[in-house]
Amino acid sequence: MTLKARSKRSYANLAPIALAVLVAVVLLVLAGANPFEAFKLMGQGAFSGWTKTGETLMAWVPLVLAAAGLIITFNAGLWNIGIEGQIILGGVAASWAAREVGGPGWVVVPAAIIAGALGGMLWALLAGVLKTRFKVNEIFGGLGLDFVAASLAVYLVIGPWSRQGVASTSGTDLFRDEARLPTILENNRLSLVAVALAIAAVVFVYYLMRGTLFGLRLKAVGRNARSAFLLGIPTSRYMLGAFALCGVLAGIAGSMQAIGFHFKLIPAISGGYGFLGILVVLLAAFRAAWIAPIALFFIAMSRGSTQLDLRLDVDSALGGVITGILVLLVILGGGWQMRRLKRRVPA
Amino acid sequence: MADATTEEKGTGVILGATWTEFWAAWGDVFTTASLASMMAASGPLIYATIGETISEKAGVINLSLEGSIMLSAMTGFGTALLVDNVLIGFLAAAAVGAGIAALIAFASIELRLDQIAIGFVMTLLAIDLSDYLGNRFVGEAGPAVPAWPIPGLSEIPWFGEVLFDHNLSVYGSFVLIVVAYVFIYRTRRGLELQGIGERPEGAFARGVAVNNMRYFYTILGGALVGVAGAAFSLDQKLGWREGSTRNLGWIALAIVIFGGWHPVRVAIGAVLFGFLQVVALKMQPVFPGLSQVLPTIPFPMMILALVVVYTDWFRRLGDRYPRLRGILAADPPSGIGVAFHPE
Repeated sequence: MTLKARSKRSYANLAPIALAVLVAVVLLVLAGANPFEAFKLMGQGAFSGWTKTGETLMAWVPLVLAAAGLIITFNAGLWNIGIEGQIILGGVAASWAAREVGGPGWVVVPAAIIAGALGGMLWALLAGVLKTRFKVNEIFGGLGLDFVAASLAVYLVIGPWSRQGVASTSGTDLFRDEARLPTILENNRLSLVAVALAIAAVVFVYYLMRGTLFGLRLKAVGRNARSAFLLGIPTSRYMLGAFALCGVLAGIAGSMQAIGFHFKLIPAISGGYGFLGILVVLLAAFRAAWIAPIALFFIAMSRGSTQLDLRLDVDSALGGVITGILVLLVILGGGWQMRRLKRRVPA
Repeated sequence: MADATTEEKGTGVILGATWTEFWAAWGDVFTTASLASMMAASGPLIYATIGETISEKAGVINLSLEGSIMLSAMTGFGTALLVDNVLIGFLAAAAVGAGIAALIAFASIELRLDQIAIGFVMTLLAIDLSDYLGNRFVGEAGPAVPAWPIPGLSEIPWFGEVLFDHNLSVYGSFVLIVVAYVFIYRTRRGLELQGIGERPEGAFARGVAVNNMRYFYTILGGALVGVAGAAFSLDQKLGWREGSTRNLGWIALAIVIFGGWHPVRVAIGAVLFGFLQVVALKMQPVFPGLSQVLPTIPFPMMILALVVVYTDWFRRLGDRYPRLRGILAADPPSGIGVAFHPE
């Protein structure tokens, strides 16, 4: 591709983004709000002061972890819709450790994170075995396991782990202080451990896909499982490996939710970050380097838009609408470009 | 689905019920009124599952059901409220479902994009859109499908009350089961529909305009999914609030698989789910947690159905009793999810 063609392409990539911004402006005007004021409020809602920035970063961490895991499964050609369930299982397992393991923080916290990783891995491997051994499509198997995991969380919250005397879906008792991620500021959830884990996950996945034989072979499985198999790659084992790694990262995301954000188990422990992570990875076009900034944008939109509700009386779902339209337009735009390229160069 | 259960519900103890309480509640499940409400509750699911069956039979997976139903339920109720006409509400809902389906068909056929990707994005986008646009309708009381017991038939003891003492939305779902079955398995066009999903190349070679037909059936299926939304917000659980139809779309997707892409079996799956809901409702006072756990049963059932069909013993059983295989087998249309390019 010549330099000129490439620069033309990057302009074309900006078109969907510009269109999405335009849609956002139109929606805001229709809702009777000043778009500039709205964007300013959203920015403030996400980043003004250490408290808000800390909360935003602590929401960013599980989204990045989930998206990093999804990069692996997507590159293996797998639609890991079961990621919500894997996050939930991670949260459940971490909560179990936080409740049961005694001792100081440097024992309980790592135990909870490891338990979460194992829980997520177990749930992912279940979807993987259904796929590789029983030919159950991972989309439907994963979806089913999501709901089973959600039921398990509800059951634990209102059943065996319910608060003394009351069984309500608002959650279990709060974990004791030793079972929470260490924070750096007063009255602020921000934990360097969590942020470090998210960054480590991105770096890990980046090098796994770029610089290792495993990553290369995994991509081969994803591109064409049959050819890869004929070339001697044990495709089932590689798919299971992708599921397991994604499950570990999703499980850690769940443990962050449990011991770093909510400090208890709630039914909605996954926060929807698994499904949101799929949008992040689609927008990043399956490239690890992009997930951290895109995830930050998504979180800023969703947290910032709560300000719209409070200050401008615009429904906070607008943040989700804008990110959804952005992803849709970028994907459609990509397809449109491919179509034009193919037309120009007859195959 | 993540925040599926955030509402405050169910206080008390689980499994602390006595057997007498249990049997009393269990008896309540089988009263005529309960069974009638089970049939009514199945209505939206029947529309959605048969719509999705048609679309998948043609080879296109419309994964957006959860969002499509949500947005069309909001649109259906909102429109009916604004123009004070239930029928126009249904039409608007059908248009929303058809529009989303058309977008998925376009992206898959013209742009050769992954159906799953576009369907998934539409799921989340439509949910947020329903939330954003439906804000003004929250808590409003609006029109509903008027009751219309079928004269004569509704007087039959038991059957009359269970089957024929409903409204046009519910009867429509019954009629749809029969029409879909007859169309798919007993007409030439229906055979064509199966062909474009099973062997698109073969159908194309025989002169069927595969992609045009895929557009048509995907949009038709999407319209039925939209009707499901209106049938929910204008008949079953009146009105609109955020997440009103939560999980209905995912459940419909599961039931289509559980029902093996066969309209009658899919409808039976939908009615069984209605039954589960009635059980959950009646058991609620006895086992407070049940109403939240029971509605997820279609998912393990779906996985089990897919696993069982694959096992060796099921194959041997099928070889021995071919008729049984005909009834139980659940093979997806082989061309499902794969774009077809004539060149």
